[in-house]
Amino acid sequence: MYRGLVGKEIKYKGHDGVEKNAYFARPEGDGPFPGVVFIHHVPGWNEVCVETVRRLAHHGFAAITPNLYAAYGEGDADDIGARARAEGGVSDEQLLGDVSGSMAYLRAQPNANGKVAVMGYCSGGRQTFLAACRLKDVNAAVDCWGGRVMVKDKAALTAKQPTAPIDFAKDLNCPILGIFGNDDKEPDVEQVNKTEEILKGLGKRHEFHRYDGAGHAFFDWSRPSYRPEQAMDAWGKVFAFLNKNIG
Amino acid sequence: MCSYITEKSAIMGSAKGRRGWMSVDTAVVYYDHPTHVPLDHALNIDFVDSRSHERVAVELSADSARELVARIQAALDSGDAIHLGSREPSLVDGAGR
Repeated sequence: MYRGLVGKEIKYKGHDGVEKNAYFARPEGDGPFPGVVFIHHVPGWNEVCVETVRRLAHHGFAAITPNLYAAYGEGDADDIGARARAEGGVSDEQLLGDVSGSMAYLRAQPNANGKVAVMGYCSGGRQTFLAACRLKDVNAAVDCWGGRVMVKDKAALTAKQPTAPIDFAKDLNCPILGIFGNDDKEPDVEQVNKTEEILKGLGKRHEFHRYDGAGHAFFDWSRPSYRPEQAMDAWGKVFAFLNKNIG
Repeated sequence: MCSYITEKSAIMGSAKGRRGWMSVDTAVVYYDHPTHVPLDHALNIDFVDSRSHERVAVELSADSARELVARIQAALDSGDAIHLGSREPSLVDGAGR
């Protein structure tokens, strides 16, 4: 455990070299620290996401959560999230640019060990899977209940999110950890099983954990979906996976 | 679910938000994770002034949203009957206010 932390809002260069804000936290000390880019979920760049970055720092990681909605300015996270949603959300191309810029920020820190994982919940899980396939320098990926990695109805694909991430699975070039609740509807058990089957077929390094008595978003202590027993077990899996692959 | 799937409707009306009354021109409707109501999924409606980006948000359970749709339709039908002349408003049934 690292009880002393450095936590602050920082500027980094995101998609197309545009300067954007992000929240960054790392343990105090010289390191070297492995890095984690935590991708916030659709509802916004909110307190739960910032707290998640602090938790990662508490366990020895230099972590950053880029504000994917930076272009919408300041305001309550839920209001900004609602505006982004109404405009179709973040494009996959912007996401990849913002994650890539966040990874560069982490690797540029003097106390970095040079290895960086990407992690996200829900839509951020989908985007984690996408980034792990499309970016060449991701060292590990943690997909927590990423919805629409596999798209059942192609009509759900949009101009901003034109491709199901599973279609890029052959390009996955890092180990991936999957955390899922068996009561989840998106992704449901069938989608999780199919995703794992595809990764196995492609010979991709993966580790999937499924939890009974849990549905979607069971890490989120601010919502009734929170399942403390399953969440704490899964956090143990997350830290073990990260320490093994980027520590 | 956590998707960006929304239904949008151009509207003409007003809503009372944190700074008082404002005109709203767009309703954004989605069934997804809410921010406040203690449900995994809710029917969420944002009444938005697209110029200022201010919004008035509501989050409803699916059942209460369906009931609300029916009540809105009933109120509109009743209002049409009254205000389009099929019957006069009555102070007895309170419809004249």
